[in-house]
Amino acid sequence: MNDLRDLYQEVLLDHSKRPRNFGVLADADHQAVGHNPLCGDKVVVYLRMDGDRIADIRFQGQGCAVSQASASMMTESVKGKTRAEAEALFKRFHELLTGTAGPETVSELGKLAIFAGVRKYPVRVKCATLAWHTLHAALARKAETVSTE
Amino acid sequence: MSPAVDPLCSPIPRRPFDVGRVREDFPALHQRVQGKPLIYLDNAATTQKPRPVLEAIRRFYEQDCSNVHRGVHTLSQRATEAYERARETVRRFLNARSEEEIIFVRGTTEAINLVAHSFGRRYVRAGDEILISAMEHHSNIVPWQILCEETGARLRVAPINDDGELLLDEFERLLTARTRLVAITHLSNALGTIPPVREIIRLAHARGVPVLLDGAQAVAHVKVDVQELDCDFYAFSGHKLYGPTGIGVLYGKAEWLEAMPPYQGGGDMISSVTFEKTTYNRLPYKFEAGTPHIAGAIGLGAAIEYVATLGLDAIAAHERDLLIYATEAVSGIPGLRLIGTAREKASILSFTLEGIHPHDIGTILDHEGIAIRAGHHCAQPVMERFGVPATARVSFALYNTREEVDALVMALQKVREVFGL
Repeated sequence: MNDLRDLYQEVLLDHSKRPRNFGVLADADHQAVGHNPLCGDKVVVYLRMDGDRIADIRFQGQGCAVSQASASMMTESVKGKTRAEAEALFKRFHELLTGTAGPETVSELGKLAIFAGVRKYPVRVKCATLAWHTLHAALARKAETVSTE
Repeated sequence: MSPAVDPLCSPIPRRPFDVGRVREDFPALHQRVQGKPLIYLDNAATTQKPRPVLEAIRRFYEQDCSNVHRGVHTLSQRATEAYERARETVRRFLNARSEEEIIFVRGTTEAINLVAHSFGRRYVRAGDEILISAMEHHSNIVPWQILCEETGARLRVAPINDDGELLLDEFERLLTARTRLVAITHLSNALGTIPPVREIIRLAHARGVPVLLDGAQAVAHVKVDVQELDCDFYAFSGHKLYGPTGIGVLYGKAEWLEAMPPYQGGGDMISSVTFEKTTYNRLPYKFEAGTPHIAGAIGLGAAIEYVATLGLDAIAAHERDLLIYATEAVSGIPGLRLIGTAREKASILSFTLEGIHPHDIGTILDHEGIAIRAGHHCAQPVMERFGVPATARVSFALYNTREEVDALVMALQKVREVFGL
């Protein structure tokens, strides 16, 4: 049960039930669609850029608690950050999930560190990273749907 | 025509169905997962293998390993005999008229692709129609879409109701002078529905339209007699019937198979080759190019014999009891919605839990040692029909027990607890 509690922490469940920054961003100037064909999870990330900075971000989607909470917490973490800062955070987040993150990285991630519990569930790593891959695609102005496969 | 009612019962002595003893035959069931005894409820994806199947495969590789149909030496003769004996076992299992109607393929998917490719090439033209149902697995949708794209034919889809039952009136309405083939599941993998296949075949034949049944799910749970059904093609996989992966069967009426062009070219499917002209081999070899999955066929033969010793009637009765018991047991769980409540169904319990994604259900159940499937089950149109992105699916096999269902219900309560429900 401990591993399970590490995965389904209160913060994660809270974000999955009441996702923040959820919905369409009417004046978005960047957007991308992410899809996990394995489980049918889908995320759309909308961005409004102010120069190199993410002025506003929203997402829409449906999927498991891990994917929805990850998307919700990502939007909170990257709002106001520059493109490079957001990409750097994605890199650290990925390191956290693949178990290659050092203690400094974990502290830099702040509350995103709760996703460390996903490490023990390799098939669920894709759920946690879907929103981030989609953000990456939106920042790169890639028009196509990204897939975690 | 053979008058036999039960094509397999005669030569093999039955043993009374005792689930405790049956479980002893399956080594994989006796392990712990996440510290808990494994409860394997993902049988619609694949079944575990009984010892006689494992032993048959091992015996082939240890003693008889050789290629078939070509060697004069002893091992090749033994391999050929074992391979062809497996074909005869399949023939009896399906009660086909002749062994030439039994084609070994990789699985249901390849069997359906064979028909789409070969029957399609011979009989389907622009403006023609292929009729399927709204509860098909992707493998009984996509091959027909490819065929339609290539030929200019049109795919028609007979709808289902909210219980997941085929609307037979609508099906009949969609059968027209343009229909070239009906392809329909014999047991829906996402819903558990058993469509009225006899009626479907009768209606189609009344208009001269042949029918393919996708038996991937059905063969392990429903007794199949292709002569009694009078279907034109029947496709199934070995691995969902306690046999190995990588082997499956296409049954086809000889008159169709004779008229159809080969599926793949190569060795074994020819009787003579010159650069000017190649003469194809007789049935069933015309459709078996290249070295077949010999060990797989032998393993499948052993699996069918194993099932026959228990009797499909006894297996079906045991599974029916489990399904009724489980349906009742889960109905008390708040927020649980069953997807697929057809009157005629078997072996499959597909459901959603309000506020919890099936993927999360799957992870938490795995923690309790319980294996289920969570996802769209390669049946995305079915998910769309019921307005859900995915379902959690429990699927039973002959070795499951009421105690396992009790453990499942307890674990589903735990899922709700984790989510604070």
